[in-house]
Amino acid sequence: MASSKNININLKVWRQKNAKTQGAMETYSLADVSTDSSFLEMLDQLNEQLIGEKKEPVAFDHDCREGICGMCSLFINGQAHGPEMGVTTCQLHMRKFKDGDTIYVEPFRSKAFPVIKDLMVDRSSFDRIQQAGGFVSVNTSGNTQDANNIPVPKHDADRAFEAAACIGCGACVATCKNGSAMLFVGAKVSQYALLPQGKIEAATRVQNMVRQMDEEGFGNCTNTGACEIECPKGISLENIARMNREYLKATLE
Amino acid sequence: MKLDSKIPAGHISTKWTDYKDHLKLVAPNNRGKIDVIIVGTGLAGASAAASLGEMGYSVKAFCYQDSPRRAHSIAAQGGINAAKNYQNDGDSIYRLFYDTIKGGDYRAREANVHRLAEVSVNIIDQCVAQGVPFARDYGGLLDNRSFGGTQVQRTFYAAGQTGQQLLLGAYSALSRQIGLGHVKMYNRHEMLDLVKVDGKARGIIARNLITGDLERHSAHAVVIATGGYGNVYFLSTNAMGSNVTAAWKVHKKGAYFANPCYVQIHPTCIPIHGTNQSKLTLMSESLRNSGRIWVPKKIEDAEAIRAGKLKPTQIAEEDRDYYLERRYPAFGNLVPRDVASRAAKERCDAGFGIENNATGEGVYLDFSTEIEKKGKEMAYIQGDHNPSKETVIKLGKQWIEEKYGNLFTMYEKITDENPYETPMKIYPAVHYTMGGVWVDYNLESTIPGCFVTGEANFSDHGANRLGASALMQGLADGYFVLPYTISDYLADDIRTGHISTDLPEFVEAENDVKGLIDRLLEVKGSKSVDQFHKELGLIMWNKVGMARNEQGLKEAIVEIAALREEFYNNVYVPGTAHELNTELEKALRVADFMELGQLMAVDALQRKESCGGHFREEYQDAEGETLRDDENFKFVGAWEYKGPEATQAVLHKEELVYEFITIAARNYK
Ligand SMILES: Cc1cc2nc3c(=O)[nH]c(=O)nc-3n(C[C@H](O)[C@H](O)[C@H](O)COP(=O)(O)OP(=O)(O)OC[C@H]3O[C@@H](n4cnc5c(N)ncnc54)[C@H](O)[C@@H]3O)c2cc1C
Ligand code: SF4
Ligand code: FES
Repeated sequence: MASSKNININLKVWRQKNAKTQGAMETYSLADVSTDSSFLEMLDQLNEQLIGEKKEPVAFDHDCREGICGMCSLFINGQAHGPEMGVTTCQLHMRKFKDGDTIYVEPFRSKAFPVIKDLMVDRSSFDRIQQAGGFVSVNTSGNTQDANNIPVPKHDADRAFEAAACIGCGACVATCKNGSAMLFVGAKVSQYALLPQGKIEAATRVQNMVRQMDEEGFGNCTNTGACEIECPKGISLENIARMNREYLKATLE
Repeated sequence: MKLDSKIPAGHISTKWTDYKDHLKLVAPNNRGKIDVIIVGTGLAGASAAASLGEMGYSVKAFCYQDSPRRAHSIAAQGGINAAKNYQNDGDSIYRLFYDTIKGGDYRAREANVHRLAEVSVNIIDQCVAQGVPFARDYGGLLDNRSFGGTQVQRTFYAAGQTGQQLLLGAYSALSRQIGLGHVKMYNRHEMLDLVKVDGKARGIIARNLITGDLERHSAHAVVIATGGYGNVYFLSTNAMGSNVTAAWKVHKKGAYFANPCYVQIHPTCIPIHGTNQSKLTLMSESLRNSGRIWVPKKIEDAEAIRAGKLKPTQIAEEDRDYYLERRYPAFGNLVPRDVASRAAKERCDAGFGIENNATGEGVYLDFSTEIEKKGKEMAYIQGDHNPSKETVIKLGKQWIEEKYGNLFTMYEKITDENPYETPMKIYPAVHYTMGGVWVDYNLESTIPGCFVTGEANFSDHGANRLGASALMQGLADGYFVLPYTISDYLADDIRTGHISTDLPEFVEAENDVKGLIDRLLEVKGSKSVDQFHKELGLIMWNKVGMARNEQGLKEAIVEIAALREEFYNNVYVPGTAHELNTELEKALRVADFMELGQLMAVDALQRKESCGGHFREEYQDAEGETLRDDENFKFVGAWEYKGPEATQAVLHKEELVYEFITIAARNYK
């Protein structure tokens, strides 16, 4: 690897026993962190140190560690998924930090994402939005027509794919001053609105998803655009615009 | 117990259709009275839960993540196979069937694989109907590419995120059923035991990972769709939480565990960099369509590269050893994974590795030839028939970016090197497990009512899995096979009524789980769970890894036994049982990995041949190719549990009968 070295860092980590108790920042110092380590590997190292001292490790969410499952979260130095653009926390590497740095680590904070423990939050509101309409109502019988029977213009397929690439991490919500979930919902609405298979239910879908989104306690979008900047998958604001158009169309119909 | 594979009679091409036509059905008005538990919501589990929910069964689905959308299937990059022959290159159901059997080194079950090839065609149609945005060409039709071990283009894809798009498709179908109230979803729940009543699977014990509460859930049948066990090696391409626990608990309750030693080591992963590393990252095999694999021809060049004194771009063309093209001219860089992995190991063992890590393990995956070739093509398309070198390179890079951009970005994030400018460094890593719970043609284990689908079962891939076929199997099992076979089983249960969770069997199973949890928490030793897991992983990689031999396997069996004993005497699990406790979760998984790891070694020791991912050093030919022994080992090795010491396990053999395919040596030259 390019130029690997070891650094020492200080950590200020949010500790909170469970949803009911109050949390507070704790300070830790960690030596010999390889700059080749990912941010989560650094936290593993911290946890090994804590366990060695017979203390409770820090709870945080993660699984694939490949930037694709959307499970990792973390507000790092005041930014969702940390200082690097276009990556999830598991893909952020310690080479982005300097020897002696103090790093603040907090959970994603939003009314619709209650803290479970330490750095873990509950993002199941996203699931409920999807359950309200984020699908095409086709049975799984396999008796569908041949996939090439309806050609899809490459341009549309590519844009649908770009919208579909959302990993449901919630960085957009966490970074939004209103706690709005418009980028997430807009991405899903767009994916289906762009494909012939999803068009038939477009009106009910957007209405149902938006209604659920409001019920979950997400805030309103005021076009600040912070979500797009922090989104690790480059989901663009166009999707919010498309969702608004779809919503307007649906209410006028 | 005698193993009965229940393969129906008849010609291979009509077996499944005929069989399906005669399976029992459950009438729609009766389905709501029948409960089904599905553990796991990856491609296999989510598709099954959606399908059974849609049919009207009362379904409960479980996963350990916070959402079914995060199952490990999400990470699959390359693509999914289907015998559509859209490219008119001679593909057919038979050819997909044949490639898969051959690719698996003739250790898969013929009837299952043919069924897989048959329904592969419907999978693509189904997914497109669900709104899965597969890659399209300029005419609006679906695009394809090729994967290792085949000479046709049958792989459908969505950039390097095919698994993501397929899983989100299955997740949306599942979400629809949850929204309709047909499926109840239990996120952040981990199955810790199976409950049997009168010999049949009738429920599970699950731990609510947030509160720590143990819960009893009953059902008329239980489906295990919990994925593979590659994390027994600690380092692998699997998600961190991937585990064997559910499958292993089922095994301990009477389900046979088949071919545990068949592990796929994927040839194109990013090499290991250091001791704090937590996992390995795959670079999709699809890159081998465009990349050429090489190491230096001269050992002094390899040494200079490792020492940082030479760059790969400074090695002249004639000093590069494109060893796959050299050894396997017919398939070249697209040989199957086991072949490519072993060839890389062979070069690195001989001292030609290029990576500056502790073991000097790494080879190059080089895109420069393709960049030039595609750049020229693109220039021609734009009407420039005499392009400058710069134009060619620029256009070629654009082409690569369009095709593999996200993989190149991922590589750069991890390694801090730009793969457009310098070849990628890659090395084999543990990736996929072909072994798993033994199932019959109905996907039912040796426990009545306990079905196993997807990577958690053993049936479709033999000793080596060809690329893009795990996704195919997961969805085939869940959408198109299980709905029929499980209905046949459940037809006998329409009068059973709800099963009480107060039965003594539930109490006993819950007490067992509680006992294990308390035992682990009480040790209060001095070593963390991860330390044990890493030690186990090292034994596994060194002695039950890419190459195995009798002595190493025997040592591994003893070493794992000792490590397991130390684990129960010296592990430190902080916290309590009644709260969110990630260390406890890991400890419970590692406890099962220890028992499984030993069985893998026992199975590998028993299999005195080399086939697919199982390479016994004693059984190879003069050119280092695998020496299979069809006369003595053409069987599935299914193990019966007899105690935590795997040496007590009893081997049952299912003879593999090839009626419709002629077995041949596996030759990719
Ligand atoms: C990086 C990578 C790339 C890949 N690329 C490809 C590819 O291009 N093409 C291809 O065909 N294959 C590919 N594969 C293989 C393929 O992705 C997997 O084999 C397949 O997705 C497995 O699906 P599954 O549904 O069986 O299991 P998984 O997707 O692993 O799902 C397991 C489920 O079980 C749950 N679970 C596990 N244990 C428990 C428990 N005890 N209690 C409750 N829930 C539990 C999990 O929460 C999860 O929902 C790839 C694999 C990897 C790692
Ligand atoms: S839109 Fe972007 S930030 Fe928001 S959930 Fe999706 S991937 Fe995450
Ligand atoms: S752990 Fe999966 S995206 Fe970070």
